[in-house]
Amino acid sequence: MRNPKVAKAGSKNETGDKIVTRSDAHFPANQEFENLASDTPYDHSRKQMPRRQFLVISAAVVGGVFLCGLDGSAQRVSPEDRLIHIPLHFFDSEEAAIVMAAASRIFPADESGPGAKEAGVVVYIDRHLAGPYGSDAHRYTQPPFEEGVPELGFQGKATPAELYREGLKGLAGFHLLPPVEQDQALMKIESSLFFYLLRQHTIEGMFCDPVHGGNVDMLGWQLLGFPGVRMSNYDDIDKHFGEAFRPDPVSLGGHPRDNEE
Amino acid sequence: MKTLPSADVVIIGGGWTGLLMAKELGSRTSASVVVLERGAPRKTTDYFNTMDELENYVRLRMIQDFSSETVTFRHNDRQKALPLRQAGPFLPGVGTGGAGEHWGAVCDRMSPDSFELLSKTVEKYGPKKLPEDHAIQDWGLTYDEIEPFYARVEKLIGASGKAGNINGKKIDGGNIFEGWRSSEYPLPPTKVPYFSVLFDDATKKLGYHPYPSPAATLSAPYVNPDGIARPGCTYCGFCERYGCMIGAKAQPTNVLMPVIAKHKNVSVRNGAWVRRILFDKIGRNPKSRGVTYVESGQEFFQPADLVVLASWTLNNTRLLLLSGLGDAYNPSTGAGTVGRNLTHQVSFSPVLAFFEKPLNRFMGSGAAGVLIGDFSGHVLDHEKLPFIRGGTLQAPSHGYGPLGTFGAVPKSIETKWGSAWKKAAIHNYDRAARLAFQGEHLAYKGNFMDMDPTYTDRNGDPLLRMTLDWRDNERYMANFAIAKSVEIVRAMGATDFTPSSGLGSYDARVYQSSHLQGGTIMGKSPETSVVNPYLQHWQLPNLFILGGSTFAQSSSARPTLAMLALTCRTADAIVDRYLKAPGPLAGA
Repeated sequence: MRNPKVAKAGSKNETGDKIVTRSDAHFPANQEFENLASDTPYDHSRKQMPRRQFLVISAAVVGGVFLCGLDGSAQRVSPEDRLIHIPLHFFDSEEAAIVMAAASRIFPADESGPGAKEAGVVVYIDRHLAGPYGSDAHRYTQPPFEEGVPELGFQGKATPAELYREGLKGLAGFHLLPPVEQDQALMKIESSLFFYLLRQHTIEGMFCDPVHGGNVDMLGWQLLGFPGVRMSNYDDIDKHFGEAFRPDPVSLGGHPRDNEE
Repeated sequence: MKTLPSADVVIIGGGWTGLLMAKELGSRTSASVVVLERGAPRKTTDYFNTMDELENYVRLRMIQDFSSETVTFRHNDRQKALPLRQAGPFLPGVGTGGAGEHWGAVCDRMSPDSFELLSKTVEKYGPKKLPEDHAIQDWGLTYDEIEPFYARVEKLIGASGKAGNINGKKIDGGNIFEGWRSSEYPLPPTKVPYFSVLFDDATKKLGYHPYPSPAATLSAPYVNPDGIARPGCTYCGFCERYGCMIGAKAQPTNVLMPVIAKHKNVSVRNGAWVRRILFDKIGRNPKSRGVTYVESGQEFFQPADLVVLASWTLNNTRLLLLSGLGDAYNPSTGAGTVGRNLTHQVSFSPVLAFFEKPLNRFMGSGAAGVLIGDFSGHVLDHEKLPFIRGGTLQAPSHGYGPLGTFGAVPKSIETKWGSAWKKAAIHNYDRAARLAFQGEHLAYKGNFMDMDPTYTDRNGDPLLRMTLDWRDNERYMANFAIAKSVEIVRAMGATDFTPSSGLGSYDARVYQSSHLQGGTIMGKSPETSVVNPYLQHWQLPNLFILGGSTFAQSSSARPTLAMLALTCRTADAIVDRYLKAPGPLAGA
């Protein structure tokens, strides 16, 4: 069952194109989402979790309607406010809150548009770390692990999941700090591998196809004017020279208008 | 180990060259042909729902699984080689179609002198112009000999482009520096997107000779001589690192597999991981006997009268070394041939440029773009330059997604996160673009491959060890390309630009094309090459080796078209000569 309530916007972004959005279809009501979660390929990770952990946030935080004023300022119009419980597959509740806060300093919501929190980046990272990537399923992990010249790439033994667990220990209480202190805390770890991954994954969570849990309502793609899964540009590729061509975005999961009544 | 019924021909590897050989032998002879491919089966319909940048572009789902096998790498023999634990500088293929499924599909030809690089360079500049530690060789065949096969494979894949030299007559709009062609491309060039048009205009104004990139993605619907029909490209932008969902990009699964499927004498066995080529000791009448492979944990021996080694380029060398077939190259004495002349390409982006207007970069194809050949090795006058040879400069329009390109900001933005960076990165997302240079990497005595003493693959077999680094010739060539690129992006109207800092040591963290070459090279003599110019092993006449591993050194062209052309030439030699009278096809 999809959420039948669709909010959309008819305003323009900086290149003069209409922004199409919908409400939080990726975060349907509590019960529905749990059913959904039990069918996901990441289900196995529950074995590692003695007690189910949730990220509890206001529905007004994620997704929603993205409006750009003609003066270039970006505003989100929130859907009805209620609490949603997002089941976590890798992080515990506090870790998720820290990652959400840190990703939001890397890619903040500000006058240039919504950021990591609104695009559900933490959900993407949580799912991703619980999957094959998090456990280095496709990386060569035979010993011995030795350090070499940097040009040979990362030679460490730690998996991305382990790097996060370790890195997050150093950010305990981060989500409770005011933004200025959060930025100072991130500056201290800026050159660490953990921060490198966090930044990289924040970008991935902003702009991946929404089927991966981030880029909710294709907010990230709308910021850039990226149309996502567009089958043919045959009629357009040799036109629109010098002007922005911004077709409505489509994800592997469908088009926002699929939900319209 | 289970011994299987003998086959006439066993082909190791189901990529471009292995499947092309299977198609040729399957349709022109009644020989029983078994193709052993260690990866999974693939077909065009598998790609219908794979326009997923995270899975394909970032997590590289089509590429060889590095948890099973990788290579070790060192810059020189004073360093300890360590494994490339994750894919980096090149992307080995796996599965039916191999790297031919996810290639970019630019299909340029090599310049005629590439095949006779040693003699032509000495002829032009004298021996002193060559770097001291070079290992440059002639290939043992000439462009004139390979030209008919180039023309044949262009028809096979439906190459789209504009000729610049038909039978010696120069044609404006094509690459006037290319070698002679016996015919025009089968199809006109693919469409040229805005960024590449800017490059086209600017380079013309500067006096260069731009031409549309030759593409194995079809500019229009096409039926090839085998009767295989494919549609034209839609420029969806999910191209390099993806399989084409409509079959517009030539891939082994859409060009070769439909023909192979019609011939009952050919079977493709997936999941078959070849570990050794067996052979009778090299002496009188030496012969390969077949191959051993693992499938689902079980070992098999597949006997065959003829063995064709056609795996991904590095793996060809590795299988010879694992099998103890031939003498491993020794860089200090120069003896031995297996593993020598390892080259990559000087493939890098000389400049990142920023433009005032949006570029609509999501539209494109892996082969869409405009090139200039004015800096090619045979065009530049090197008398006053500190390097020899050269390359092509390209304004590519591959079709770009945000995961691959987001975050490019002008130098004035000093942070990589936070509000200021975010604002600049969003503004510049579709206003930033890179030129791409692809230059010749010379062969050197010290760049080679052998067996790693420490690390093994999932079967316990030693990994291949690469010893590879740039020399000053490549560094000077790169600096030259950077200077020229800056001049060009200025003429394109760039508002800002960031030039590359040039080549230091070979950086295995950075992707720089999958065009590795050498290791089982062809040549005129068994002292300095592994196969003769028919790609037939010098010692074992019933072993043929196909692919970039047979190239004596890199050219500036992408290697795929030459691999396919040489495979056709070898197929003809096998069908017309070898099968009638098995034995050496060329004398030393």
